[in-house]
Amino acid sequence: MKRTLFRDFWRRFKRHRLGLIGAIIVFILFAVSLAAPVLSPYDPSYIDIKSILEPPSYEHPLGTDQLGRDVLSRIIWGGRISLMVGFVAVGIAMVIGVFLGAVAGYYGGYVDTIIMRFVDIMLCFPTFFLILAVVALLEPSIWNIMVVIGATGWMGMARLIRAEILSIKERDYVLAARALGSSHARIIWRHIVPNAMAPVLVAATLGVAAAILTESALSFLGIGVQPPTPSWGNILTAGKDSIEVAWWLSFYPGMAILITVLGYNLLGEGIRDAIDPWLREGRG
Amino acid sequence: MAAYILKRLLLMIPIFLGITVISFAVLHLAPGAPTEMQTMMQPKVSLEARARLNAIYGLDKPLHIQYFDWLKRLVRFDFGRSFSSDNRPVQEKIMERLPVTLFINILSLVLILVVAVPIGILSAVHRYSLFDKATTLFVFVGFATPTFWLALLLMLVFGVHLDWLPISGLKSLNYEYLGFWGKVVDLGRHLILPVLLSAFGGLAGLSRYMRGNMLEVIRQDYILTARAKGLPEKVVIYKHALRNALLPVVTVLGLSIPGLIGGSVIFESIFAIPGMGQLFYGAVMARDYPVVMGELVIGAVLTLTGNLVADISYALVDPRIRVR
Repeated sequence: MKRTLFRDFWRRFKRHRLGLIGAIIVFILFAVSLAAPVLSPYDPSYIDIKSILEPPSYEHPLGTDQLGRDVLSRIIWGGRISLMVGFVAVGIAMVIGVFLGAVAGYYGGYVDTIIMRFVDIMLCFPTFFLILAVVALLEPSIWNIMVVIGATGWMGMARLIRAEILSIKERDYVLAARALGSSHARIIWRHIVPNAMAPVLVAATLGVAAAILTESALSFLGIGVQPPTPSWGNILTAGKDSIEVAWWLSFYPGMAILITVLGYNLLGEGIRDAIDPWLREGRG
Repeated sequence: MAAYILKRLLLMIPIFLGITVISFAVLHLAPGAPTEMQTMMQPKVSLEARARLNAIYGLDKPLHIQYFDWLKRLVRFDFGRSFSSDNRPVQEKIMERLPVTLFINILSLVLILVVAVPIGILSAVHRYSLFDKATTLFVFVGFATPTFWLALLLMLVFGVHLDWLPISGLKSLNYEYLGFWGKVVDLGRHLILPVLLSAFGGLAGLSRYMRGNMLEVIRQDYILTARAKGLPEKVVIYKHALRNALLPVVTVLGLSIPGLIGGSVIFESIFAIPGMGQLFYGAVMARDYPVVMGELVIGAVLTLTGNLVADISYALVDPRIRVR
């Protein structure tokens, strides 16, 4: 049964050309990040003062930075960090969002009111201000950044899953489970949530892209992932002061961010259309 | 209608209070007090002196007392005084910067509307045409572009290499000596890049949204009816379909306000614009609690107002909302 469901999904997905391109981009990014030790031509933190700010050349395809470090190697290793930030942040957002959304939708009543008011409150924050304040106050470590981005990005998912659950919870199979004496927790997690996950997965894919952009914006303000750990955001930022003499320092990490975010967004769009043909050309 | 507005206004109060509670808790529970920051580097400062400082700022009281003190002052529009050495009232500091940020954000909202809506309509009406494909590509690339990176590149090209546009601040050095039109032109030239860039992300989003709405509306039965009546296609699209597709856009604009305000930190730091974002960044770094709280409150008020205006205008045109 599951097999045909997946086949059905795949049949629709592969017709979506943009989605397919996104999937390929994401796959390549994963492969490159996994193979970073093999692929990167130099040690990303190897300082070579004899070759400072060299333009792209055969030895250094993307040039070198102020300390003579190879930019290509730093971008390859930085990709690991940026992808990790994206995934962990979205994972956190998903756990919070699915839990609160499921509880609100299933129990309804005042539980629902309280949770959804909380969602409204969080949505009214200028989120980036909040993230900035928390990260700066807690000191910017990579874990703090992932937790804060996750903790401020779950509201959309909570709303999605709540709406799904409201439409699912009166269906016959849920009533059947209840008649059989299943506990609330079992009904929610075994019967309802798996059927409500589709839009959340799409939101998660798009969320990875958004988290990568947020981390790079924090890095730009000097409170993202801290050097010497390379992230695309901080490589770009480190290059911005030398941009007049060494454009490659900021240009390539920015391109890496652009391509990655593009890949996830296209993939998300493809998955959305493949999951639910009725949402085709849906609101984005 | 009045009842609806009243209901929406009353709903805003708990949300507003919730925002202040969360902001206050987040700020004050973070490790490291502002007075530590001020005195850390000075070994001469004794523990008593630090305690006295804490007492001056009211930081020695229990957290909930501090919150209610702050709230009591807020009711009288007193945001307290800045912890920084100028010790000025927070509302004064914010008010001299608010107009700059608002002005830039309103300009970019207008730009987003004026450009994105027609793009969305055209690409929906001519679906799968070359124009539609090109704008779809633009939309995805636009979504994915880190705007501060684009800002850097544009500054490099238009500011440094071509030397067409100024790249920092809002006024040239000789601003005071210019005539009225000279001042307008000067300001305009300084605003081109910041406004363009802060509109950039929203542009992609809204045109996509508009396209989706339009496609959905065109599918509806009443459009079929309008066509069946033999109305010309122009009337069907621009009168019957457009009106209905434009409705939800109002809500989206309201929802985009927090993003615009948040983005101002980045743009104002790139272009050295003395606005709210720059003030906020400085205040966070210096742990200037009253200023940070003041900014979060103002940001929340702007967002709530935006949502309210969006909801009311939605209710004005769509009677179904009012009844609910």
